[in-house]
Amino acid sequence: MTGAAPPVTPPVTPPVTPRVGLFATCLVDLYRPSVGFAAASLLEQAGCEVDVPRAQVCCGQPAYNAGDRTNAAAIARQTIDLFEGFDYIVAPSGSCAGMLRHHYPDLLSDDPQYATRAQSVADKTWELIGFLTDVRSWTDIDASWPASVTYHDACSGLRELGIKDQPRQLLKKVEGLELCELEAADVCCGFGGTFCIKYPEVSGAMVDNKVDDIVATGAATVLSGDLGCLMNIAGRLSRRGEAVEARHIAEILAGPATGPAIGPAIGSAADNDGGKA
Amino acid sequence: MTARDDILGRIRTALNRPEGAGPPPAPEYANRFLIPARTQGTPAELTERFIAMATEVDISIGRVAEAGGVGTAIAAWLSAEGLPDRAVVSPDPAMDAYGLDDAPGLTIHRGATRGDDLVSITPTIAGIAETGSIMVTTGPGTPYTLNFLPETHIAIVHVDRIVGGYEDAWARVRSNGEIGAALPRTVTMITGPSRSSDIEREVTVGVHGPKRLHIVLVGDIEGGADGKKT
Amino acid sequence: MAHQTSLDFSKNAARAQADADLQSALAKLQRDTRLARPVITGRLPEFEDLRDRAVAIKDHTLAHLDHFLETFEANVTDAGGHVHWCNDAGGARETILQICRDSDAKIVGKSKSMVSEEIALNDYLIAHGLEVVETDLGEYILQLREETPSHVVMPAIHLKKEQIAETFRDHHTTLDPARPLDVPSDITEEARTKLREKFLAADVGITGANMLIAETGSIVVVTNEGNGDLTQTLPRVHIVIAAIEKVVPRVEDALSILRILARSATGQEITCYTTFATGPKRPDDLDGPEELHLILLDNGRTKLLEGEFRDVLRCIRCGACQSACPVYGAVGGHAYGGVYGGPIGAVLTPALDGIDKAWPLPEASSFCGNCEAVCPMRIPLPGLMRRWRDIAHKEKLNKAGARRGLALWAWAARRPAFYRFGARIALRLLKTLGGRRGYLRRVPLAGGWTTARDLPAPEGGTFIDRWQKESPGKTGS
Repeated sequence: MTGAAPPVTPPVTPPVTPRVGLFATCLVDLYRPSVGFAAASLLEQAGCEVDVPRAQVCCGQPAYNAGDRTNAAAIARQTIDLFEGFDYIVAPSGSCAGMLRHHYPDLLSDDPQYATRAQSVADKTWELIGFLTDVRSWTDIDASWPASVTYHDACSGLRELGIKDQPRQLLKKVEGLELCELEAADVCCGFGGTFCIKYPEVSGAMVDNKVDDIVATGAATVLSGDLGCLMNIAGRLSRRGEAVEARHIAEILAGPATGPAIGPAIGSAADNDGGKA
Repeated sequence: MTARDDILGRIRTALNRPEGAGPPPAPEYANRFLIPARTQGTPAELTERFIAMATEVDISIGRVAEAGGVGTAIAAWLSAEGLPDRAVVSPDPAMDAYGLDDAPGLTIHRGATRGDDLVSITPTIAGIAETGSIMVTTGPGTPYTLNFLPETHIAIVHVDRIVGGYEDAWARVRSNGEIGAALPRTVTMITGPSRSSDIEREVTVGVHGPKRLHIVLVGDIEGGADGKKT
Repeated sequence: MAHQTSLDFSKNAARAQADADLQSALAKLQRDTRLARPVITGRLPEFEDLRDRAVAIKDHTLAHLDHFLETFEANVTDAGGHVHWCNDAGGARETILQICRDSDAKIVGKSKSMVSEEIALNDYLIAHGLEVVETDLGEYILQLREETPSHVVMPAIHLKKEQIAETFRDHHTTLDPARPLDVPSDITEEARTKLREKFLAADVGITGANMLIAETGSIVVVTNEGNGDLTQTLPRVHIVIAAIEKVVPRVEDALSILRILARSATGQEITCYTTFATGPKRPDDLDGPEELHLILLDNGRTKLLEGEFRDVLRCIRCGACQSACPVYGAVGGHAYGGVYGGPIGAVLTPALDGIDKAWPLPEASSFCGNCEAVCPMRIPLPGLMRRWRDIAHKEKLNKAGARRGLALWAWAARRPAFYRFGARIALRLLKTLGGRRGYLRRVPLAGGWTTARDLPAPEGGTFIDRWQKESPGKTGS
């Protein structure tokens, strides 16, 4: 497990039916609501009461990573105001959960109004899969997916939050699912937020390598825990005319995933008009 | 204001330390040593580990029961390997005990070298089991050039001077906490023949130091008169 | 050797990506490193604890740097060496030239030193009439090719053996042109012979130092080739150039760091040669330099010491971050333009060359965090890159278009109702454009994305809206 942070330790006395504020994340909210529904379903199956604060927008990472601490801090305060009343805050994304958990305290350490509040929000924020296995100790997956899948380790989840074994643990419980391990599973896919837009050729080379490895597994579907990575990978799979589908892992774990994959799988080359990279 | 004053001044400002501040109190980590487990073991275990680690890095090892037999063993080894039968030897008086002067088929001279010598024979301070390294030091009897210029370096290690780790080897060098000019000019841990992987990461040997490092391990042979030769 | 000057990362990267030889060399480096690291670190169960210890050692040293430098100086002097303090590159170059002049030097042998690259030493000495010979195999090859190192530990990693063989044929003109140079061992055998002459002829030997040990006045030089030892022993004068952050308090501290240095740099337990040298030749020694000069160089370190970038001074120049970085792996070290490439370059180059020139470098990261994960000294490289981004943003150094886009987005994000309203419209548009296919080939204003990828069409409707409709009681505050 190279480079993975150790899994974080859950609090000592968890409530019986915790109230979880679902932090949908901006990409799920805007792009793929089915991931949000899948996350809520899993949380409910794990015995939680799920609420979705309406005024949530974003964790603020785009501003934070662009060096705009002022706006990032403003968005962080908004998020804290909205979510601090819950027992837990859970996000179907390692990078967003990591933002709240590791970076909110740093961002607001000089703010007397918010410094402690930021820390307490950080302490109860979890990435979805890690929350299910490490906090709820819940692995009663009731789903079937009789096909082959491969799994990409999203960087923030892996390195900031120690998400490595947990998704694989849960995937093993899915009936009929065959997990083909991905070569270089923990190498960055090249998304990196605005990085992929600022340095498209470099990012393109990175996602190309990722797609090569995915295709080499022979799996029908690639899964991950971060929608940014998945959109990046799906976009490249599509451009290259590959038949592999991309889904968020929550969609598989929550039970019947009936909707189309992220940008539907490309069936024929005719659909592709050259796939100019 | 000299550059020295400038730099120290900037450092003190950056650290908010006054000039003439005494030595800092010993930090917490200094009271605990962090010694890897692989440096610990019985003498037999450490010898075995030394041999295993050294072999991994392409050091060849020959064993000899008694110091007096080293010369003959070296002559035989050089012959078997098709290497020259002439060697430069460290002038250290300790080298007199190895039968090098009298070994048939071996011609030696003592001194430093400018590279004309293809084979050198040197003593060592210690063998270090942790990584299969030898420790050598410079001194009036141990010129540095013998470790680097010849193509074949033969180093004599005594089994009872195999230690577990780097700290143990250093303890032999600085038994009285020597510093500055009281230390040998060089203390070197050598772990293998010279190598490079600068060309497409492919390892090549003999750039620029010795192409071969052979250790003659003296003492305590187990399991038979033939002596385990690697 | 010309110092890279172009910090135009995008342009450099494009060139690098078109270079097929470079790409295959980088792919090999990436893959080999990724597979080797768990093995070699797994062999030392104390590895993680040693990293923590190394951090503690360096932090303690840096917090009392003046004391340890003064102690080091006193012990070097006690051993018969001379310490020269230099503020900057110019001062160091002049000091070194003067030492060479004072010893009537004609030929200077050099062992690998990244700090000597920082000060562009070779060209300066050559311009003043000295012959300078790099003795590290990789550096020697680069010197012949007039290139700079692309990796701090494996300087010629970007070259193929055919290119190296050609370089040798072009420069070693006294040898039979028909000789075979097909395999690396042919090439290294030739280098050994050529450089052996130079080792023996050099009047002055210049090395760097991996560490400086305060309590003994020793320098630590590690090499696999042995060129560091030959460079310091054979000439009459040995000059060491080291930046001030290289000092550690005790021999034991150096030993702890040595356990993680080669492991991180080359995947070895330890380098072939690890030499602790203290002062010049003793009166009874049979070989060794008559004079030892130690150049202690600042060149921006004190500035780093005082600010929020201090952690980067823990760097031991192992290059693990470069080998682990997927961006470095796509473009190589030269694309970064400065002396240092990869993650360490992204943090150091703005400090050495100015953030106003070097701002593209901390931008050229996906923040995957692999560099920090592998750094033996636990330097928070992505966090430090982000700090440079903070400064670049404040000083408006990055692209205006990007800043405007961000400002617009942030304005909306701070107004949730408006954000939601705008999002609904944008999504409806994208969904329509995505059509039946479910993805978009080209998207206005998102050219960066669609250069390499299709943009998946959105599912339709926002999660928040749909949740509200389907579970009206559960929308919290």
